[in-house]
Amino acid sequence: MSTGVLGTDKRGIRELGAEEKVGWDEVTRGVVLNSFDGEALDIAHKKAEERDYSDFNSYVATVASWRIIKPVFNRDICIDCQNCWVWCPDTSIISRDKQMLGIDYDHCKGCGVCVEVCPTNPKSLLMFSEAKENEDALEEWPEKEKKTK
Amino acid sequence: MAITSIKNLKEFSTNNDRFEGSHLLCPGCAHSMIVRELMNCTDDNLVIASNTGCLEVSTAVYPYTSWDTSWIHIGFENAATAASCAESMYKARKRKGTLKDNDAPVKFVAFGGDGSTYDIGFQWLSGAMERGHDFTYICLDNENYANTGGQRSSATPIGANTSTAQAGSHSYGKKQKKKDIVAIMAAHGAPYVAQLAPNKWKSMAKGFQKALETEGPCFINTVSACTTEWKFDPKDTIHITDLATDTLMFPIYEIIDGHELNILYRPKNILKVEDYLGAQGRYRHLFKPENKHVIERIQSDIDKNWEMLQRREEARI
Ligand SMILES: Cc1ncc(C[n+]2csc(CCOP(=O)(O)OP(=O)(O)O)c2C)c(N)n1
Ligand code: SF4
Ligand code: SF4
Ligand code: SF4
Ligand SMILES: [Mg+2]
Repeated sequence: MSTGVLGTDKRGIRELGAEEKVGWDEVTRGVVLNSFDGEALDIAHKKAEERDYSDFNSYVATVASWRIIKPVFNRDICIDCQNCWVWCPDTSIISRDKQMLGIDYDHCKGCGVCVEVCPTNPKSLLMFSEAKENEDALEEWPEKEKKTK
Repeated sequence: MAITSIKNLKEFSTNNDRFEGSHLLCPGCAHSMIVRELMNCTDDNLVIASNTGCLEVSTAVYPYTSWDTSWIHIGFENAATAASCAESMYKARKRKGTLKDNDAPVKFVAFGGDGSTYDIGFQWLSGAMERGHDFTYICLDNENYANTGGQRSSATPIGANTSTAQAGSHSYGKKQKKKDIVAIMAAHGAPYVAQLAPNKWKSMAKGFQKALETEGPCFINTVSACTTEWKFDPKDTIHITDLATDTLMFPIYEIIDGHELNILYRPKNILKVEDYLGAQGRYRHLFKPENKHVIERIQSDIDKNWEMLQRREEARI
């Protein structure tokens, strides 16, 4: 399992559903799933890598197995417009300090929205088979498309 | 009070997401785009209530939660009830000085689907709006009961094929018009009511911020394209939403204090509704010759509604 661009040691450690759970009939009244271990105040000012995620936070889980195609990111063409960041439904575009850094492959479901909204020519994100290595995908990147009128 | 900068996308992107990945919404689901945007609009603490529906069942599957804020799940009818009552309790405890941090800014938000907002939670929503709590209710309008298999709701537009209003040899799908929830909420005299769409991220962020900043009950209807029940490719969620706003099937506007209407997006080229309908499987049957009249009816309703919105805007009252 990949640990993602900014992986902590907790990332992608298990598939949803595969872990040991307390049965529904064993859950006690008033039980709370804390999203963080320790202090949760001021989370809005902490980047993901600075947070103390608990084992109950879906951030530590992965849905990578949902994907059959994946987006590949080409840094050389990207203009950091952040279209992909704002519209990714799975919080899987990793942006820091106004720069697009890459894709969080533990959370990306391969929907392809980011590719559709990427405005560069050629696109800075393209979908490839999950089985293809990213380096090989980058080798095959298409040329700039001529405008056809 | 701290709203975040939405001057441009680069600045907006410096926010630290508080809605985490590995939730179980369908690939390409617009619900999460809308939720992420709301949560990135402010760095205040949030207390969020979600009632049953796709968003709730997909973001709190035991043992996981995708919410980095206080989050309450409650029955189908009661997102407005939970958020408004949490707000009342907060106010009371603040007055008594019994909160852990009496000065921390907190905002109360409720998310409901169209099934719960337009139909099953309607009375409870109306009550909370009338009581005047300081909270924001956001309807994720995907025009059907998606979580239970795509039944029609009173938000489903005329002509759509749903599992309980099926198109076939004897029917063109849903027969009734979509309910105008925005007008109904404005009629409550709410200080801020709007209809917004995630493809227009900036007007959506602005509207969310206005609602969060405005004291009193605010209501926002958001168009949430549903890849599964509208039947389109997950990659096309934003494209479909563009068609929704550019055909004026979903006009983007706000109503202040129940009367002052402002149109927030005017398409440069208004597209014909066929472009929107033709892009989704749920409307495919309308392109049969015998159903042509339904498309004409939808277009005529859109034209009249747009005219009405423009005149109301001009009236400036
Ligand atoms: C009182 C009640 N009636 C019915 C249900 C079953 N139910 C659960 S989710 C759902 C559909 C939700 O539709 P909507 O509010 O539009 O949200 P969506 O899933 O479309 O986002 C239904 C009917 C329920 N949970 N409670
Ligand atoms: S493919 Fe979908 S989930 Fe993956 S990064 Fe792109 S928009 Fe996000
Ligand atoms: S949409 Fe394309 S150009 Fe814009 S930040 Fe993402 S990858 Fe870069
Ligand atoms: S059924 Fe529709 S609303 Fe529900 S998760 Fe899937 S795309 Fe989203
Ligand atoms: Mg719905």
